[in-house]
Amino acid sequence: MSVNTTERLEAQAPGRGEVRRRWRGVSHASTGYLFVAPFMLVFVAMLVLPLAYAAYLSLFQERLIGGTVFAGLSNYTRALTDPRLLHGVGRVALFFVIQVPIMLVVALLAALAIDSGLLRMAKVFRLGIFLPYAVPSVVAALMWGYLYGPDFGPFAQLADSLGLAAPKFLTSGWMLGSLANVVTWEFTGYNMIILYAALRAVPHDLYEAAAVDGAGAIRTAWSIKIPALRPALLVCLIFSVIGSFQLFSEPQLMQRLAPSVIDSGYTPNLYGYSLAFTGQEVNYAAAVSFLLGAVIVVASYAVLFITTRRSRS
Amino acid sequence: MTGRRSNLLTIAMVVLLIYFLLPLFWLLIASTKNVGDLFSSFGLWFAHDFSFFSNVRETVTNGGWVFTRWMGNTVLYSVVSAGGAAFLCALGGYGFAKYRFRGNAAMSGLVLGAIMVPTTALAIPTYLLFSKAGLVNTPLAIILPSLVSPFGLYLMRIYAQDAVPDGIIEAARIDGAGEFRIFFQVALRMLAPGVVTVLLFTLVATWNNYFLPLIMLNNPDLYPITVGLAAWSSQAGAGGGTTGAVLSLVITGSFLSVVPLIAAFLLLQRYWQSGLAAGGVKA
Repeated sequence: MSVNTTERLEAQAPGRGEVRRRWRGVSHASTGYLFVAPFMLVFVAMLVLPLAYAAYLSLFQERLIGGTVFAGLSNYTRALTDPRLLHGVGRVALFFVIQVPIMLVVALLAALAIDSGLLRMAKVFRLGIFLPYAVPSVVAALMWGYLYGPDFGPFAQLADSLGLAAPKFLTSGWMLGSLANVVTWEFTGYNMIILYAALRAVPHDLYEAAAVDGAGAIRTAWSIKIPALRPALLVCLIFSVIGSFQLFSEPQLMQRLAPSVIDSGYTPNLYGYSLAFTGQEVNYAAAVSFLLGAVIVVASYAVLFITTRRSRS
Repeated sequence: MTGRRSNLLTIAMVVLLIYFLLPLFWLLIASTKNVGDLFSSFGLWFAHDFSFFSNVRETVTNGGWVFTRWMGNTVLYSVVSAGGAAFLCALGGYGFAKYRFRGNAAMSGLVLGAIMVPTTALAIPTYLLFSKAGLVNTPLAIILPSLVSPFGLYLMRIYAQDAVPDGIIEAARIDGAGEFRIFFQVALRMLAPGVVTVLLFTLVATWNNYFLPLIMLNNPDLYPITVGLAAWSSQAGAGGGTTGAVLSLVITGSFLSVVPLIAAFLLLQRYWQSGLAAGGVKA
């Protein structure tokens, strides 16, 4: 409606296009700065500055004799050869490779099912699956920790009543899988909602054309919907890279249930935390933080690069 | 659309739904049990005694109402952070979408790139900066870093491009309205679904934040609910005679802490779903 009004106005006043250009070019540019200034100010103070400070701190070392001295890149060479950090990075990379595909496939299938029109009560499924996203990761980790637990967890209770041995969710062999389950439980619904929202935007005449051509629901999903979801899937994938490599709350809380399984270097973030606050190695912790941030940015761009290149070839 | 319904698909989805809701159901059941029943009765059904109300009373009043205080802190931190972040994003997103100025593309590109910078990698350097500035152990230590949402800005920029037609802005200018008056009285209303989306998602991010408050605060009176529950759970895990009672506090407290956000999402679903749709399409 509003567009029509403008068109009509413009038809009446043919010279306005020129006036508009002058407005945009001259007096309104400075107003644009005023609009973006508050955000950019906070952005620089809370994001750029801490990053720069971490980069700066990471170039120094605290010595027993001589205090804090410039150390060049030696914190980085130490980090790159630190077996605890490398194990942590390897562990979250493994976590990413296993957990993210499972989560995204489940989210994709759920979104397609809800969008297919073949379900009764589709709204109940949509909201029910999304609900865990509103649960804090601390609560999710505590809750699953109790569910996994051997004392009053329902899995142990069921196994006990069937005369079986309780599953050992919190042992070193199972722990990464148990953590992956918690994260999958928390974030599948979030990814599903993003994918579902993108599905709703696919033009419906495409479906009608496919139906005329005799395509069934599965064929339509495969040939029209999934290709249309590529950008949204990419967003989900990038967010998952960021989430996996930052893994902290879940292992930190599970640590209390299984201190011998989860050590302070279990994930890079746990390691950075213990370096800064238990070990008081501030400069090295800054280097680890900075390096972790760099790894995530590089991994995100690698994902972007690989997925967009494959689509072209 | 076809009127067909698939029973097989519905059953598969019911199984999935059970997986996602069962832990919450367990939490609800566990919060109605006294400590003895927690260990002796089956986890997924009610015990003989219904202790929900006495558990709630015990949880909110324990240790001089400390749980209530944590909830209040969480509400304060998340409402102020989310309100501030949404406002900054609306203002900035509208500015980037609707004004041409030198550096527009460069700055919005910089912010877009920052979406990938992990917040936890920022937390330790931010802590070190804040401890120099004397901000550690204050509410600002939680609120200030939570005001930045690069993804929120990106979403608002995309949203403002389409939701606020240039013609409307032009028409308001012809009427003699100033630029900020146009934003507050005309554009902001059209941006509402996008603003609510950013508001809700930053609200969740702050409400659920654990790493930042864990390192920034060591005064229990300032804890948000996440750090408070984690502190209780470590007491419960430490053993000793009071373990059972604290365990019951952790469980009931966990249950109480998830209710407000779930309610907010259910009540505001119309807004955040349409806001997300706009962000997802163009992303």
